[in-house]
Amino acid sequence: MLFQKLNPELGQPLYLQLMQQIQHAAETGILRDGDQLPGIRTLAEELVVSPNTIVKAYTELEHCGVLELRQGLGAFVKTGRRTRSIADRVQLARRRFRNVIDNLRAENLRDDEIQRAFEAELLIAAEASRKK
Amino acid sequence: MTDSLAIHTSGLTKSYGQFLAVDSLNLAVPRNRITAFLGPNGAGKSTTIKMLLGMIQPTNGDAAVLGHAISNPTECSRLRERIAYVAEDKPLYGYMTVEQLIRFTSRFYPDWRADEARRLLIAYRLPVHKKVRSLSKGMRTKLALLLAFARRPDLLILDEPSEGLDPVGIEELLVELVSQAAAGVTVFFSSHQLAEVERVADHVCILNHGRLRLSAPIDDLRQSYRRIDFVFEAVPSARELIVPGIERIRSSGHQITVLTSRNADEVIRRARDLSAVSVEVSPVPLREIFLETVKETPGS
Repeated sequence: MLFQKLNPELGQPLYLQLMQQIQHAAETGILRDGDQLPGIRTLAEELVVSPNTIVKAYTELEHCGVLELRQGLGAFVKTGRRTRSIADRVQLARRRFRNVIDNLRAENLRDDEIQRAFEAELLIAAEASRKK
Repeated sequence: MTDSLAIHTSGLTKSYGQFLAVDSLNLAVPRNRITAFLGPNGAGKSTTIKMLLGMIQPTNGDAAVLGHAISNPTECSRLRERIAYVAEDKPLYGYMTVEQLIRFTSRFYPDWRADEARRLLIAYRLPVHKKVRSLSKGMRTKLALLLAFARRPDLLILDEPSEGLDPVGIEELLVELVSQAAAGVTVFFSSHQLAEVERVADHVCILNHGRLRLSAPIDDLRQSYRRIDFVFEAVPSARELIVPGIERIRSSGHQITVLTSRNADEVIRRARDLSAVSVEVSPVPLREIFLETVKETPGS
């Protein structure tokens, strides 16, 4: 998998950003069951972050059941039934978004307007679920 | 003194006449981490480092480095075998060529890794037959780093290692620091390059006027420092927003901006109770945390 550089100014620990990248890759099928992730040193050098960031992300992902750490061998992806079903659902959701986007474009909305509206709705939804 | 600490100072003090260069410093640097030692020029960083290395004597207090007490001369010499230090001014033997200096230095260290030295020589594109004195500042820095990295130290202490390096050189340095840390080396470095520090450091210590102003895991800073911008129809008194952790409040017209080191949730809750019409929360970059921490308050 191609890793994206982590953003130190997001106000979110770097290990969390890395966890999300790997989790997302496992959910969308970029990473498959049994795939091996780079070693600690290799990935730390590639992303130019502390090796402890990688160690923490890998360890947390093992707790979440996304990775399996094999002593001396490295980190391997473990996609259980849950991640597979999420991957399927994400695929379905994307198809539905595509339809919505097509409709909105047909109504002469620009892409940036669509994006702003989508993000605002998502934020409101997040806010509402936090209050519950 | 706990074993999980690479450096542990208690009341470490250095005075020059009336001037307190380092003032009752209690520093705790974790092992197997990359720790950034920050502070404005003249804050006492280099003086602290020199005391840790036994190069100058403290006026008061003590320190343990890798478990060795720096006040004990035998311990101190054993300690120096386990530490690699790159000084701010990178003093090197100018009359030797790069190749001669590497060979000369290697003889002092039984753990010298010739393969590592060769690898870095190529990676840093150092001219082997050139005299050290004729090297550019960036090249001298790289040579000093090579000599430190090739020693397989337990603790690497670097005073302003990125000084004199161009952006490419800084990137190479960071990759190398990360790689050393992955090999189990504890890294303690001072720097003014806050954007770079923010990428690789696990832990941050900020020194000002010889005193420790902040020491925290960088992830804690990322999660707890917030800038919050409020808009009010009727602006309340800033006092009503004050909770422990607030570092700064500024207001102008209908706007109030708060910088807080913790309790952001509580500040937002209060603002909502005071009918804020808009609340925006943003993370605070290390540069801003640093500037706020070393800010001179009027009258001090």
